[in-house]
Formats: sequence, C-alpha cells, structure tokens
Amino acid sequence: MNLGFPLFPDQASTMAPRVDAVYFVLIGVSVFFATLISLAIIFFAFRYRRRSDLERPPEILGDLRLEILWTVIPLGFTLIMFAWGAILYFETYSPPPNALEIHVVAKQWMWKAQHPEGRSEIDELHVPLGRPIKLLLTSQDVIHDFFVPAFRIKTDVVPGRYMTVWFEASKAGAFRLFCAEYCGTLHSGMLGRVVVMAPREYQNWLSSGPVGNTVAAAGARLFQRLSCVACHGDKNTERGPSLAGLFGKHVRLHDGKVIVADENYIRESIVNPQAKIVAGYQSIMPTFKGLISEEGILQIIAYLKSIEPQEGMQVKQ
Amino acid sequence: MIDKAPDRRLHYLNVSYGVKSWLFTTDHKRIAWLYLLSVTFFFFIGGFFATLLRLELLTPQGDLVQAETYNKLFTMHGVMMVFFFLIPSIPAILGNFLIPMMIGARDLAFPRLNLASWYIYMIGGLLTIGAGVAGGVDTGWTFYTPYSSIYSNSHVALTVCGIFINGFSTILTGINFIVTIHKMRAPGMTWFRMPLFVWSHYATSIIFILGTPVVAIALALVALERVFRLGIFDPELGGDPVLFQHLFWFYSHPAVYIMILPGMGVVSELIPCFSRKRIFGYSFVAISSLAIAVLGFLVWGHHMFVSGQSIYAGMIFSLFSMLVAIPSAIKVFNWTATLYKGSISLDAPMLYALGFIGLFTIGGLTGIFLATLAVDVHVHDTYFIVAHFHYIMVGGAVMAYLGGIHFWWPKMTGRLYPEGWARLAAVTIFIGFHLTFFPQFVLGYLGMPRRYHAYPPEFQVLNVMSTAGASILAVGYLLPLIYLIWSLRYGAVAGMNPWKATGLEWQTPSPPPTDNFDETPIVTREPYDYARGEPQSEYVPGEVEHV
Repeated sequence: MNLGFPLFPDQASTMAPRVDAVYFVLIGVSVFFATLISLAIIFFAFRYRRRSDLERPPEILGDLRLEILWTVIPLGFTLIMFAWGAILYFETYSPPPNALEIHVVAKQWMWKAQHPEGRSEIDELHVPLGRPIKLLLTSQDVIHDFFVPAFRIKTDVVPGRYMTVWFEASKAGAFRLFCAEYCGTLHSGMLGRVVVMAPREYQNWLSSGPVGNTVAAAGARLFQRLSCVACHGDKNTERGPSLAGLFGKHVRLHDGKVIVADENYIRESIVNPQAKIVAGYQSIMPTFKGLISEEGILQIIAYLKSIEPQEGMQVKQ
Repeated sequence: MIDKAPDRRLHYLNVSYGVKSWLFTTDHKRIAWLYLLSVTFFFFIGGFFATLLRLELLTPQGDLVQAETYNKLFTMHGVMMVFFFLIPSIPAILGNFLIPMMIGARDLAFPRLNLASWYIYMIGGLLTIGAGVAGGVDTGWTFYTPYSSIYSNSHVALTVCGIFINGFSTILTGINFIVTIHKMRAPGMTWFRMPLFVWSHYATSIIFILGTPVVAIALALVALERVFRLGIFDPELGGDPVLFQHLFWFYSHPAVYIMILPGMGVVSELIPCFSRKRIFGYSFVAISSLAIAVLGFLVWGHHMFVSGQSIYAGMIFSLFSMLVAIPSAIKVFNWTATLYKGSISLDAPMLYALGFIGLFTIGGLTGIFLATLAVDVHVHDTYFIVAHFHYIMVGGAVMAYLGGIHFWWPKMTGRLYPEGWARLAAVTIFIGFHLTFFPQFVLGYLGMPRRYHAYPPEFQVLNVMSTAGASILAVGYLLPLIYLIWSLRYGAVAGMNPWKATGLEWQTPSPPPTDNFDETPIVTREPYDYARGEPQSEYVPGEVEHV
C-alpha cells in the first residue's frame, strides 16, 4: 500500500520483525476486544432501547462465573505478553560478546560517535551490515535518548554513567536517528542518521576519512599524558594497583564489597576516585574531573580493555 | 425572556447574594462552583496552548512559533491540564458537590478546610500562570533533571512553587473526603450501600494523600538544586538524574488513576440510571477501584523502561503494569453487562458514558502495548504515548467529567440543559477525539518522537489529520460552554429528579437547600434499585421555605 507517506516503519534490524510480531498480536487482540465491547454496546443500546417510560427491566445482580471468566482471560493474555516482551527486552540490552563496540557521546544538540579504529563522526553513525553493534553511550550534559525507529531500539543517554544497547542491521541504507528524550531548545533538531553499509564498504569508509590512532591507542597516550601510569604501572605498587587485565574482573574494595570492574566503575574511579577504594590501597588519587573529556574517558576505558593481564595482579577472579 | 423560576423556594444559590457570600462560603456546593469556574478557566488556558501546538505541527518546519516558545507551550499545556484541570476536575467539582449529598450528610467533615483548599488551589494556579506570564517554563510537565534543575533558562522555580502549593489543596481535599466518607454517612448507609461514585472518590483520596507529598518533595528538591546547587539529581554535583524520575513517577503514575478513577465513578452512576438497571457486579466494580489505587502505586517504573533502571526492575514493573490492567477490564465488562436487558435511553450523559467506555477501552488496551517491554522500547517517548495518555486522560477523564456535569447540572442549577445540543456536542467530541488522536498512534509507531517543534516531512500527512480533528474537538468543547451558560437562564426547570435516579442526591430539591436535607435521611436500600425504581431512602423534603 503506497499512499505517498509511510504508515509503518522500515524493518532494518534483526530485532525489528520480532518486535513487530508482538505488536501485531497486540493489535489483533485489541481489535478483537474493542470490537466486542463496541458491538455489544451498540447492540444492547438498540435492542434494549427504552420504549416506554414505565419499563421495569429485570433485576440482574451479577454473575460470578462471568466475573471469573473476564478476569482470567485478560490475565492470561497479559501474562503471555509480559513474558514475550520481557524476553526481547532482555536481549535488546544484553549485547553478544563479539559485538563491535562504538562509543557515542551526546550533548545539546548533537551526537558524536567514535569507531574503535579511530574514525569519529558527528550526527551520523556508519555501521556494517549483518554484524552485532554494541553502543556504549553517555551524555555530556542532560539526558538524551538514542532512538532508531527502523531498528526498534532506544535507550536514554544519561550523564554521569554509561548506557548500553545493541543491534544488528539487516538492511543497507540510511535510517533516521532521533533524540527521543526532551533535552532543551533544539531537541527536535538533534537528528542524525545511521548508515548501514556492506562490511567491505564499511572498511573502506573507515580508512577513507581522517584516520587517527585507534581508540585504544589514543587512550594509551592519554594514560601517559595525564600521568595515570605514574601510579598504575605494569605492577602493583604501594601507590596504586596495576590496571592491566582489570576490565571485567571482580575487585575487592576496602570495605569488603566485591564489584565488577565495568565501564561505569572505571569512569567513576576517574572522576570520583574516593567513591570506591580498592582493598589494600590508600585513598590518595585526585579527581580527574574537568581534566578529561567524556571522549577521553571512553578512550582510556578502551585502552584498559586492550591491555593484557600481568603477573602479580591484585584482581581476584 | 423573563426568568420563569417556578417557586421562590430558599436554596443554596439564593440564600445570600454578593461576592462576599461566595468568597467566604463554607457550603460544599458553593465551593464546588468556585472550583467549576476556576477549573474551566484553567482548562481553556490549557486548551489555548494545545491549539497553538496543533497549528505549529501543521507543517514540518518550525514556522509558527520559535522552538523555545513551542517548548514552553507544551510544558504549560501539560502543567495546566494535569495539575490544574484534570486532577481537580471531577473530585473538586462533582465530588465536592455530591459526596455529602450521596451519603446523606449536610456538608463535608471540614467545611472551612474545604474553602481553604480552593484558596490554596487558586494561589498555586495563579503563581503558575504568573510564571507563564513572566516568560514561561520549558522543561516539559515532567521536569526531568538535570535539565530542569541546572540547564533550563526558564522559570522553573516559580512554576514548581505553584505546583507545590497546589499539592496541599489536593491533600486537604483527600483528607476531607476520607473523613467525610468514614464519619458522616447517614444511618443505614453501609459501605456496600454507597454509590460507586463515592467508592471511587475514596480510592482517589487515598492516592491524593499518599502520592502528592512525594511529587511535592521531588519538585521541591528540583528547586533546591536549582537555587542552591545542592547535588541531588545532577551528576556534575554528585547526584543521580534517574532518582528524580523514580520520585516523580511514584506520584505521577498514580496521578493518572486520580484522573480516571473519579471518571469511572461517574460512569458507574450514569450507566445504571440510563439503563434502569442495577449495576452488574457491584462489589467487583467497587473493589476494582481499590485494586487500581493499590496496584497503581507499584507500576511507576514502567515510565522508565529505557531510562537505565535495572532490566530486572523493568520486568517487575512490566508484570505489575499488566496486573493493573485487569481491574480496569473488569469495570469495562461490568458496565457493558449492565446494559443487557436494560431500558436504555441515550440522553446526553449516557452518550458521554458510552463514549467514555469506547475511548477508555482503546486507551486501556494500548496501555498493554506500553506495559509490554519490547514494544515500549520502540514507542516510548513517541506520539504513541501521547495518543495513549490522551485516550485515557482526555478520552476517558474528560468524557466522564462532561457526562457528570450534564447529569448533575439540573441538580446544581435547577435547570435542564438543551438535550439536542448536548447530544450533538457529545457526538462531536467523540468523533473529533478519534480524528485527533488516532493518527498519533500510527505516527508513534512510525517513530515520531514527542515534544518535537519541527519534524521530518514524511510525518506531515498524519499531523495534518490530527490538527484537522483537533479543530472538530475544539468545537465540541466550546458547545457545552455556550449552551450550559445559556441554560442557566433559559433552560427548562428541572424538578427534583429529572432522570428518575435512585441516589439520595435526587431526593432533595433542585437546587438543594444549604443543608441538603431537612433532616438526616435514613437509608434503607441498595444504591441502584432501578428494578423497582425505588430511591435509597424514604426521605421526602419537608415544608418548603420561601424567600
């Protein structure tokens, strides 16, 4: 059906048809119930219209069997929809381990993306077709929301922390990217597009632009320049633990808690080092807040993910 | 035409005259009128903003107003409509007028507190309008942090102050209703002889008291962070922006039930009356109101499925949101079953009530879409949401409100509204509503985000359809304003009980005397004894006192 304007969004990710299936079932059941109720009302209103002011309708108090029936049927239906929706939801926010990781930083009113090989772009996101893409997103100011209707994915982009969402594009082309969380004056101008390309074209695109270092290499340079390395060297020292191989491991804190060293933990340790002190170390690290951009923190995280574990680490498996 | 009042009987409207007699009244019926005038005023201000929004959205470019102005318009539209129209509309007008009469009392438990509630409401409302006049506020009615607390350059603190003050009005009204319903029921008015209108207001009052303080605190914290830079919500200051959303929705989701429960109460009165049937499954309808009030407090996180709360929390909130759909479904089925073998008359209030069922059913069913996690991820913050909550809050709550106003208009004024015009308005609103908001479901699934001043051109056709529908809807809302005012002077004299309804409020003259009843009525029957056509008590008004 072509009316000159779309009535249904593109299906351009592996998740899109699966979300649409849930949607169509919901529409089907809703149309059924809405029609049932409407027809019943119209039929009763006509069939039992008041013919005389003296009418005395029969007394009907209720019917327990009916009450049970119309409690149990909607309950069963909603529980099925709950389970189905929850399974897909869980998947949307659980990226597969082999996903290509791209960093996205939002600010009023633009999107900045950085690819692991080093190329970065604004208000556009180029991705290869048929490969899981994991986005690690944060905001520099207010809450934004990364929304690609054709992929049926969306996540708020919250300042002060990382959000994760993933997709696998199933169709080449350019698709709209919207900011879906109201973020101030030019909210409706915070648009972009996601360009899905064949993997080879994506590789060409990566190497065609101004190519710098990989994100991890940029992170390594920052790690030197900010003198992080003075305390976090190859080996644990009195001043600080080595960070090699830290990412994804369990860390015991001085108060006995054990946490996982994920992106949010590393970010917090850079901007607010007093928040979580590793067991056996003094609280001597100064904050790097204001000295490093959100992009810089993401580069350091990429660097830390890339370095191999050394012997004598304090991390506990 | 001359005023052809039939008798010069003394009643609450003619017992005294002059501005002072109104501004210092403690009569719940007069206070209801104060609310009716002010709520209507705020409704048309909010409606004016909506008109500008829909006109801007006729074209994809932002051309009618600037982006900043547009953002202020949708914020002020939401704030006015939610806090100063929808929340007080049915409870403060119809609830105030009717609860004492329905349970056979002379007034609410605390008449002076009732008047104070109105003054507090007016102070809050005028402060908020003052913030609008001073330059407006652009955060959206949801005031999400850290935008509202740090980044916005508009009058957030003043607006929040107005809403904060208004909250006390809501809380006091809730306390007044609960105490009245507990302590002032006439002899024989047992809990399960109470009209469902009273039940639903009881449930609403519980939400008033439990929820309002939380939103007041949340908004006060926004103001404190804004003014004193306390680090509560802004991560730059060490705060957590998502915490605000938890506090805000802990109230503001139940607030949706504040808007719809009284509407359900109205519909539960109208349908038995105009089908001359006892309501089907009275106790299921009554208890489902309480179930909604209780479960409604456990679903706030469904506004936050993509906000970064734990995905397991998301699942729990999804499950509870599914459960809260059940009592609503039970009500719809019971109302429909009440029509079966009735004696149905399609007077204007009944048209509004049936329209309510139609719109509320669509609003409720699309609520299941939103409770379904994977679908919500896609439609969250799009026009699908806008359409859904307008179906509930405008389709549902406003239809019920107008139905109630028409139904009790003869009781409030002693005059009948013009039936033909009223039916025309009801049908116009029903059609105009669908034309306005149905295209927005399609827009939302297509992916058009809400709060967009300008939008990509492929969304234009549906937006034009929506704006066209809105113009029909606007006519539908203006009609009652005109003919109801007309009827005050020229409407036919109503008499005590024009609908042959069974409730206690219909056993006293229209308009009622200041004390409602000459002596306390003794309740002997169930509320909806339409089969025998018997009223709830043997009460008959005593000797008529003349002016």
